[in-house]
Amino acid sequence: MMNAAGLPLWAALLTSFFLLLGATVTLIGCIGLIRFKTFYERIHAPTMGTSWGMGAIVLASIIFFTVLGSRPVLHEVLIGIFVTVTTPVPLMLLSRAALYRDRTDDSRKLPGSGDKG
Amino acid sequence: MTRLLPYPLMALALLIMWLLLNGTSAGQLLLGAVIAILATWAMRSLGPSKPRIRRWRVIPVLFARVFVDVIGSNIDAARIILARGGRTQPDLVHVPLTLRDRTGLAVLACILTSMPGTAWVEYNAASGELLMHVLDVEAEQNWRDLVKERYERPLMEIFGETSE
Repeated sequence: MMNAAGLPLWAALLTSFFLLLGATVTLIGCIGLIRFKTFYERIHAPTMGTSWGMGAIVLASIIFFTVLGSRPVLHEVLIGIFVTVTTPVPLMLLSRAALYRDRTDDSRKLPGSGDKG
Repeated sequence: MTRLLPYPLMALALLIMWLLLNGTSAGQLLLGAVIAILATWAMRSLGPSKPRIRRWRVIPVLFARVFVDVIGSNIDAARIILARGGRTQPDLVHVPLTLRDRTGLAVLACILTSMPGTAWVEYNAASGELLMHVLDVEAEQNWRDLVKERYERPLMEIFGETSE
């Protein structure tokens, strides 16, 4: 059983730093989600959580378990890779749906459809 | 060689993933290799397009650049949300792309999505024009240059379209 109390100070500080950084960045992203007014602006806010929010938490996890287990624990990197690779898919789906809605509504100034050609 | 390993890069990636998940040992290496090769055989019937990577040396350069830019973009977005209460000049920006390689475009989409300041909205495959949404447009031309110079050019070098 690994004991968190056995963690050296520098590793504890690094882990807490990255953990707090990741949590803060994700929180700011969520605040942005509330503060922004239009759909297109809101798309940007959650990507803070999927870029550095996720990245910093993954880094904290790697440092913590590597130091405790005294061997490199790197499978968290896979989380990072898969989150980065899969985020664009729902994001494009949502933004294209919004674009389609706004073009049909003709509610705001939008560039012409890219599919018309 | 191509019969045994139709997608060597994919097989290698699967093997690395297997070793990361299960720990590195001789037994796992063997098992992972067998599974990776069998999985790529299964992929052969789907026939995905095979990326041809021409210049490996550009990859770490691009990776480091994106890494730094994502940090900067996060700071900018955080500043907009906290200091300015979410008041920005957001706009849609048209970027004419020369990059046609599918894998390259997919990587570009990942890069632009990872940046909180930019979002990939639509790509027109016929005209090669990308429509992206920018959180805070100061000068439209700057964003166009940023995408073309900083990301598209290294991607074209990696996937080798400059020689065609």
